[in-house]
Amino acid sequence: MANETQTMTQSMTVSIWRENGDDGRFEKYEVPARENQTVLDVVAYVQQHIDPTLSYRFACRVGMCGSCAMMVNGSPRWTCRTHVSKVVADDQLEVAPLRNLPVIKDLATDMDPFFEKWVAAEAVFHPSKTRHDPMAAITPDDPMRIAASEAIECINCAVCYAACDVVESNPDYFGPAALNRSWSLVNDIRDDGQDVRLAAVGSNGGCHNCHSQQGCVQYCPNELNPTLSIAGLKRETTKALFRRSR
Amino acid sequence: MIRPHRTHPLWFAFLLHRLSGLGLALFLPLHFYMLSLAISAPARLDGFLRFTDLTIVKLAEYGLVFLLAAHLFGGLRLMALEFLPWSPHQKTMAALAVAFAFLVSTLFFLKAI
Repeated sequence: MANETQTMTQSMTVSIWRENGDDGRFEKYEVPARENQTVLDVVAYVQQHIDPTLSYRFACRVGMCGSCAMMVNGSPRWTCRTHVSKVVADDQLEVAPLRNLPVIKDLATDMDPFFEKWVAAEAVFHPSKTRHDPMAAITPDDPMRIAASEAIECINCAVCYAACDVVESNPDYFGPAALNRSWSLVNDIRDDGQDVRLAAVGSNGGCHNCHSQQGCVQYCPNELNPTLSIAGLKRETTKALFRRSR
Repeated sequence: MIRPHRTHPLWFAFLLHRLSGLGLALFLPLHFYMLSLAISAPARLDGFLRFTDLTIVKLAEYGLVFLLAAHLFGGLRLMALEFLPWSPHQKTMAALAVAFAFLVSTLFFLKAI
């Protein structure tokens, strides 16, 4: 009990980005330093106990919805599954909105550019059959099924998008998440849009922008490998180039 | 420049590849210019070749050969990444590229001095 009282009375400083139609700045808040708390817990504490005008986004709190990603001490993290103790540095915690996306207010970013690029990268399913056709028979050990499976647990959190320096330097670049989704569809034999997809991912904003820095792999909270997916797209677009020139 | 999200080995591998590429891009025009002196001004070329016997120049050449080797092996790593089946040993491959670059450039240096 004494131990609990002690941990409750210890505090730490958290710097949170505040922006509301202005240039924005970090503001400091004193919050309890609990043994077990996530970064999202800290942000929620500030909003509920110190400043109710703080804006941020979350939904499921269990790492499924992809809503709560933010920059934590300079790195993109899913804040609901990031323990403060794992990322705190010198009792300091800095929470900022995701990189590479416009800020709506405080920690809430506008995700529209991120999702518009999914559409631009043809990361959408093109059905080849109707409901009246028999279901496609795909065995679990089919190599294309295995390749698709490796890319499908994306929760659209945009952590990879914020980790990517190419997204920062080239506003047209689709980013790791959109291209990863495109790769899973390249491996879907039911899909009937492979030509338009390869044209899209081979375009100016496409896979060939990737410098293989692998920040996306480093930070993906679901341990996906967008660099692998993008390498696959590079191979397929190169093969398509030779097919066209014949 | 090295912000927190960049502090992982494969980002540093990217940085080395980019800096070595830039270094070589600056060096190559000078290199071809000096070679052209063999035709246009042989006396000046001989003077320059005597200058390259200085230890400080040998050290600079060591750096240059390291950049060349790092770019060569780093480029092979990237081509393997893009065109061969995926390997889970990306960091090891980056480390090997740097190790081979050190090996080649140090052998060059030991032969040069």
